[in-house]
Amino acid sequence: MIENRPWLTVFAHAVLILGIAVIAFPLWVTFVASTLTLDEIISVPMPLVPGSHLWENYAQALTSGTEAGAAAPVGRMMLNSLVMALAIATGKIAISIIASFAIVYFRFPLRNFFFWMIFITLMLPVEVRIIPTFKVVSDLGMIDSYVGLTLPLIASATATFLFRQFFLTVPDELAEAARIDGAGPLRFFWDVLLPLSKTSMAALFVIQFIYGWNQYLWPLLITTQENMYTAVIGIKRMITSGDALTEWNLVMATAMLAMLPPVAVVVLMQRWFVRGLVETEK
Amino acid sequence: MAQVIFRGVRKSFGNAPVIHGFDMDVRDGEFVVIVGPSGCGKSTLLRMVAGLEAISDGEIAIGERVVNRLEPKDRDIAMVFQNYALYPHMNVEGNMAYGLKIRGLPQAEIDARVARAAQILELSPLLKRKPRELSGGQRQRVAMGRAIVRKPAVFLFDEPLSNLDAKLRVQMRAELQDLHRRLQTTSLYVTHDQVEAMTLAQRMVVMNGGRAEQIGAPLEVYKKPASTFVAGFIGSPPMNLIPAGKDGREVLLGVRPEHLQPCAEGEAKMTVNVDLVEPLGSDTLVYGHTGDNGDGARVAVRLHQSFAAQTGRLPVRFDPAHEHLFDKATGLRIED
Repeated sequence: MIENRPWLTVFAHAVLILGIAVIAFPLWVTFVASTLTLDEIISVPMPLVPGSHLWENYAQALTSGTEAGAAAPVGRMMLNSLVMALAIATGKIAISIIASFAIVYFRFPLRNFFFWMIFITLMLPVEVRIIPTFKVVSDLGMIDSYVGLTLPLIASATATFLFRQFFLTVPDELAEAARIDGAGPLRFFWDVLLPLSKTSMAALFVIQFIYGWNQYLWPLLITTQENMYTAVIGIKRMITSGDALTEWNLVMATAMLAMLPPVAVVVLMQRWFVRGLVETEK
Repeated sequence: MAQVIFRGVRKSFGNAPVIHGFDMDVRDGEFVVIVGPSGCGKSTLLRMVAGLEAISDGEIAIGERVVNRLEPKDRDIAMVFQNYALYPHMNVEGNMAYGLKIRGLPQAEIDARVARAAQILELSPLLKRKPRELSGGQRQRVAMGRAIVRKPAVFLFDEPLSNLDAKLRVQMRAELQDLHRRLQTTSLYVTHDQVEAMTLAQRMVVMNGGRAEQIGAPLEVYKKPASTFVAGFIGSPPMNLIPAGKDGREVLLGVRPEHLQPCAEGEAKMTVNVDLVEPLGSDTLVYGHTGDNGDGARVAVRLHQSFAAQTGRLPVRFDPAHEHLFDKATGLRIED
């Protein structure tokens, strides 16, 4: 700020604090609820200081699930989510980096056509093609399997585009130097391009891990058995409809647990993530 | 070590011809500089030797082998690029060793060659550094090291010094000469800088518009330029070309700025109306024109003493031995 006026500083901080409060308050309520008993939660008003049942609630959620709603333990759901998010993130990176390599470094007929075909699919969200995709996956007998859960989400125009843009910034001379050194296309890809793409891959991994973890509609359609539920679906299934009482303390504990892995990925990979987005190492 | 032979080499991109037939025998161990303005096809020619561009017609032989259809790695060449093209994620040692590793040399041999090259190029303390931690001159040296360790039959240099500042360029030029003296490897060197060409070359090729205008030793090219293009390209400032008539033929009379001497009005061969004076310390450049009504030829004079007057008339003479005649229509030298 060029002007140094105290009230401006106060005002700016007030806005920031308000913003944080708006975002953080629901999280706080979720955390508090996950430490109370069900009776304490449904009393009005609900207490806003943590209770004493944190350990019990989390243990019950992780190992046995709710009694009234879905009975699958959250531990299993977290594992499913983890498998799905990892498979989607690594699958997307692997497929799209190879696709970009082909598009940037090889001359083949209709090269641009193929690139634009990939690019156009950027505009189609999963939901638009969800019914035909479901039909295909169910005909292939992949309902309730990890393959069915992840494979249709792996193709990624965004990642392909990102890697293409990155490869275009790699000087041609590098490929030529490698050719003179005797490195074939795959050797060049493996020894030169992959190491140079490390930071981009890390950034993409963070984005795609969270994308995979947070998938809702697709797992909802493709999983019918409780032992294949992902954490996000699990939360939804725990909330009972009808007469049975929803065990909000367990639901909230599950929600907190479901938040942890994406947070962990962001925190642990933060440094790489930022470097991948801002730095080009050439 | 090997000779490089060009036989009617042509190159076109689509329908656009870039090289219109190039013939030359580069002798074993010779240092040849290909010089010309940008777009004259000099880099394309070099890249055809490297195998990075296909040869449209004719053939190139390295040693006894015609290499037209060989992959770059099988041609026994090494290339140094203008932007160095070092692998950014490998350290200096890794960059130099990479090609040897791919060729499957034993590790001990690789280590020995890298150490030797590092010693020659004074890179030994830098072996563990990444390219981004090096200065421009050091990167240039690593690029050369990567070429040296391969012990190729031919070195190819594509404007290797043009990314360096002026002082470093002079220093690296000397190092290159020293290196060639030591290794005696056949070298093809592309540049647009005529000073580099004059100082480095044993023979030089002056290219223009996809043709070799002249091939010869630097001083021979300087003393007997084959065309007005060569006359204008080699030497700085370029040779003065003054329209004249001789034996009823329209010619251009060429005299280099350094061969014009100031003299008394009486014995002057021409008089220069001075427009601009550039004192360089060791000598002075005087730019002007002939004729009184501004339609004369532009003339530059290099004086070895300071020239005080800013404008005015400067009568000059020259030794007829330093006179060059070119046909006005074709630009070609008229032999005397």
